Order: sequence, then C-alpha cells, then structure tokens
Amino acid sequence: MKMENLFGLAAEFESHVDLLRAAEKAHAQGYRKMDAYAPFPVDGLAEALGKHNRVPLMVLLGGIIGGAGAYYMQWYANLVSYPINIGGRPMHSWPAFIPITFELTVLCAALTAFFGSLATSGLPKPYHPMFNLRQFERASQDRFFLCIEARDAAFDSSRTHEFLQTLAPLQIAEVPK
Amino acid sequence: MNSPNGSPITDHRSPPLSPLGYPTNLLAGEQTFESVNETIGSIVLQDRQPRPWWIGFTIAFVLLMILLFAVSWLLVRGVGIWGINIPVAWGFAIVNFVWWIGIAHAGTFISAILLLMFQHWRTAINRFSEAMTLFAIACAGMFPLLHLGRPWVFFWLFPYPDTMKLWPQFRSPLVWDVFAVGTYFTVSLLFWYLGLVPDLATVRDRARKNWQKKFYGVLALGWRNSAAHWQRHQIAYLLLAGLATPLVLSVHSVVSLDFAVAQLPGWHSTIFPPYFVAGAIYSGFAMVLTIVIPVRKIYRLENLITMRHFNNMANVMLVTGLIVAYGYFIEAFMSWYSGDIFDQYMMTNRAFGPYGWIFWALMFFNVLVPQALWSAHIRRNLVALFLVALSINLGMWVERFVIVITSLHRDFVPSSWGMFFPTIWDWATLFGSIGLFLTLLFLFIRFLPMISISESREMVAEPQKAITA
Repeated sequence: MKMENLFGLAAEFESHVDLLRAAEKAHAQGYRKMDAYAPFPVDGLAEALGKHNRVPLMVLLGGIIGGAGAYYMQWYANLVSYPINIGGRPMHSWPAFIPITFELTVLCAALTAFFGSLATSGLPKPYHPMFNLRQFERASQDRFFLCIEARDAAFDSSRTHEFLQTLAPLQIAEVPK
Repeated sequence: MNSPNGSPITDHRSPPLSPLGYPTNLLAGEQTFESVNETIGSIVLQDRQPRPWWIGFTIAFVLLMILLFAVSWLLVRGVGIWGINIPVAWGFAIVNFVWWIGIAHAGTFISAILLLMFQHWRTAINRFSEAMTLFAIACAGMFPLLHLGRPWVFFWLFPYPDTMKLWPQFRSPLVWDVFAVGTYFTVSLLFWYLGLVPDLATVRDRARKNWQKKFYGVLALGWRNSAAHWQRHQIAYLLLAGLATPLVLSVHSVVSLDFAVAQLPGWHSTIFPPYFVAGAIYSGFAMVLTIVIPVRKIYRLENLITMRHFNNMANVMLVTGLIVAYGYFIEAFMSWYSGDIFDQYMMTNRAFGPYGWIFWALMFFNVLVPQALWSAHIRRNLVALFLVALSINLGMWVERFVIVITSLHRDFVPSSWGMFFPTIWDWATLFGSIGLFLTLLFLFIRFLPMISISESREMVAEPQKAITA
C-alpha cells in the first residue's frame, strides 16, 4: 500500500495485559501519534500512550459558572429587576437562594462533563479510518489493537512493521485511509 | 484460571466467600467475553421477543392509552374532573408525583453512590435501574404540570425575561422543585447515555441487519473504544457519579421541603428531608426488584444477575425501611412531645380518624411486612422477595397518600374540614402513569442493552475486582 493511502499499522492482541505492555514499549520507542483500542477501559493504558485529559478542569469551570450564574440570577431578579417584599423577609434572603444555586451548579458541571468528554474525544464522528479494518469490529467485543499512525514522525512502514513484530501480536494489518 | 477469550475464568465449584459468608463472585458460571456479549447483545438484536414481553407490552400499552384518554379529558374539562377541592387541593397528582420521584431515586443511588464506593456488584443492575429512573422521573414530572390547571403555560415556571416582567418566586420550595427535578432528569439522562455509548458500539459491531447497523451506529456516535475515548469517558462518568450523589440526596429533600416549609400540622416537620430520602431509596429498590425478578427469569440472565444482587438489594431495603419506620415513630413522638394541640390532633386523626384504616395499611405494608427481610431464606427466595417488594411499592404510595391527604383534610379550623374522594379520573391517571412507565421500560428492554456489556467484560477480564467488591 502506498504511503499516502496508509492511515497506520495496527497490531492485534489477545489480552489487555499484552496491549498495555505493547503500548508502553511503543511509547518508549518514541512513537507518539498512536492509539490503543480495547473493549473495556484498561487502567493506565491512556497514560502509557501519553494521552492527556482536560475533562476534570472543564467540569470544575462549568460548575463554578453554573453556580455563580444561578446565584446572580436570583439576586438580580429579587433585588434589581423586581424587588418584592414577601412576608417581611430580607430582600437578599440568601439561604433561600442556595437550593437553586446548588442545582444549577450540578446541572452545568454535568453538561460540561458530558459534552466535554465527547468533544475532547472528537465525537460524534461517523467515519474513521480504523473502521476500514475488517477485524476492528472485534475491538468492541473481545480483541485489543494498537495502531501506530502514519503521521507519526518516527513512522516508517517497514521499520514500524518490524517493531510491531517484536511485540508478538496475533497479526499486523495495514489500515487504509 | 485461563484466558477470557475462550476458556473458563471463574471457578464455579468453589466460589470465594465474603466475611459474611455469601459468595462474592459476581458473574456466576463460566463467563467469557463472548458469552457476555452474546447473552446481553442478543436480546436487542434478535427478531423475536419472548411471549411474556408481548403480553407485558400489550398490557402496558393499553394502560398508556388510558392515560392519554384521561389526560385529554383533563385538558378539555380542567382539574375539576379529579377529586380535589378545598381543603384537599393536593390530591392524587401530588401523591403520585412524590411516589414516582421516590422510585426514581434507586437508579442514581445504585449507579452513582455504589460506583463511588467501588461496589462492583452494581454492574448487573445499574443500567436497568438508571433507565427506570429516567422513566419514573418522566412519570413524576407529568403530575405537577397537569396539576397546574393550565399545563400549556408551564414555561412560566422558568426564569426568563418575559413580557409580564415577572420572575418566579425563588424563595418558594415549589420553584426549587422545578430546578431539582429538571436537573435530576437531565443529569440522569446524561449519565445513562454516557454509560450506554460503548455498549451501543458493541451492538453496532455485532449487528448483521442493515437497519440495526445504522440505528445503533448513529446512537454510538462513532465510538471506537480508543484508549483516549475510554480515558475521557471514565473520568466523565466518575465525575457525573460524584455530581449525581449529592443531587440524589437534594432532590427528595427539596420535594420534602414542599411540605415541611408549610405551616400545616403533619407537614411542618424537620425530620422530613432525611426521612423522604430514605423512603425514596426504599421504594426505588423495591421497584428495581419488582422488575428485575421477572426480567431475569424471562431473559435467562441468572448468570449475570446473581443471588448476591438480590441479597444486597434486600439488605438495602431492610436498612432504609428501618429508617422510614423511625421517621414514622419520630413524627408521632414529636406531635405528642410538642404539646401543640393541632399537632396532637393531627396524629390522632391520622391513626383513628376517617382515613385511619389507610394509616394502619401503611404500617402493615411498609413496616411490618419488610421485617421478613431479616430472614436469609426470604432474601434468597425470589417469590417471597417479589411479594415483599410489591408490598413496599404499595406501602410507599399509601405513605404519600397519608401525608398529603390526612394532613390537608383537617387543619386548624374545624369549619373548613372536608373529605377527599378520588374519582375514576384520578385512578385512570395513576394506572395510566404505570402504563407509561412500563411501556418505556419494555421498549428499553427490546432496543437497548439492559446490562452494561463493557463493565461485564471488565469483570470477566479482571475477576479480582468482583471479588474485592
């Protein structure tokens, strides 16, 4: 297969232990543009590949914005926009504002967690070259894959193939774009 | 112990025992990746559904049609078709609302709180109870809206810059309710769907029919099981669980404040928030059992939902049931101890007034019957457990009836006392809402994987997680 039509080389493994070991070795070898595929979350796999995760920070910010916005909304409505005396309670009766502040903190943080995790994963994405690999449908069932992508600086189709061979995979396949 | 790709992984003959003496292996039998994928995935991919599914779906659908009829008539004639009036202005609508929202609590409790506590046994039942949560909130949310009288202007509940230049009354628990229930529904939906995405990808990859590939392919959002996907998915899932945990405690607390903030004897009580939350978890687990016991039988899921699950759920019901019983006791004690004649009369009237028999039915269904769960034989006998769960479902509905109706019907001024009698439309809406709930549940069982396939695979690959749980 020509270099420009090649997305990467994928090695297939039988267990998550093999996959994790392979990912660590590939990272030590200097490969960076790669991804591993497993039918369940494998502890430490993303870290072994050097993947960063910004979702927690986004969720924190989302929660803070939600909470501050909710309190501001109630304060603005009851003190600025339409002040109204109910039962002689203080205008700024802050304890009564806490439940909605709490609920909207949770709501905004949760929306950020959901959409943030999808966005940082690049989802939704109907097409991806990995789907061209026929056996890839087993990545969601019982097989484990490591794909080193052609755009990686250290990628060379024959040398990368040799390197993957040293990891003792079940098979190695070229993934077309 | 062999590889999970083909050969057995759990030793069936000598299951490890917990300190309390029951087996700790969650996946009974000899499960492999493929057997787990097949057991759960084939339910949604196969063409034919078992006969009980069709019978159940038909009954549920008929009840749903009754609901649509009752709601249509309500929209034509107004809330006068219900039995509500002054003094009992909060009739079945609020009883049903509180009942359903309580049932909705087990889902998040099982999914979120047990996840945070590393209780891996939750895997077999979490998806199912999350779906139950969503559908129960949908049923719950319907009632206050219908009770508004003019449901088509429900958006007046939301804060938005309207032409009347008014805002909702942010100091009122009824407005807190809008935010609490709305947030709860949204967060439950996100949590449920996020957990579903990897399983939808599994079903997509196993599908052989074109429409199935497309349907599940679109829903799976292009999920590739990549390490980066999993990393973000797992942290988001964990954070959603962390957010949902205080949320689930807040929702029924806010609902209880609808009552507790009022001055009415029987409502004005500080025990309400914790006692409502315990009652919610109690009724939610009862509903999970009511549904899981037959579903497990019909779909032969004995290898995934084991006796340990039933034992644990029964234990949770026993504990929360005792908290609820303590709540009843404290209510009675405080009304006596307060020295307030209105409070004392409320309690006497509740137990010996015109609705007294309902109060004693409550004690029977909700306090007496669940004591059977002290017995390990009952906890492991599914027929008995099913009957206890049904008794609790009924008991929790009766509890809300007692709180709402007996408190309202005789307050401070005897000249304003009255009685509440439900009409046929009250009953039609109640049973209709059960139809809505069951219809959604049957469709869920038919079209979506009801047990988390990816978490089950994780258990197959790393059985020690199950054992330490």
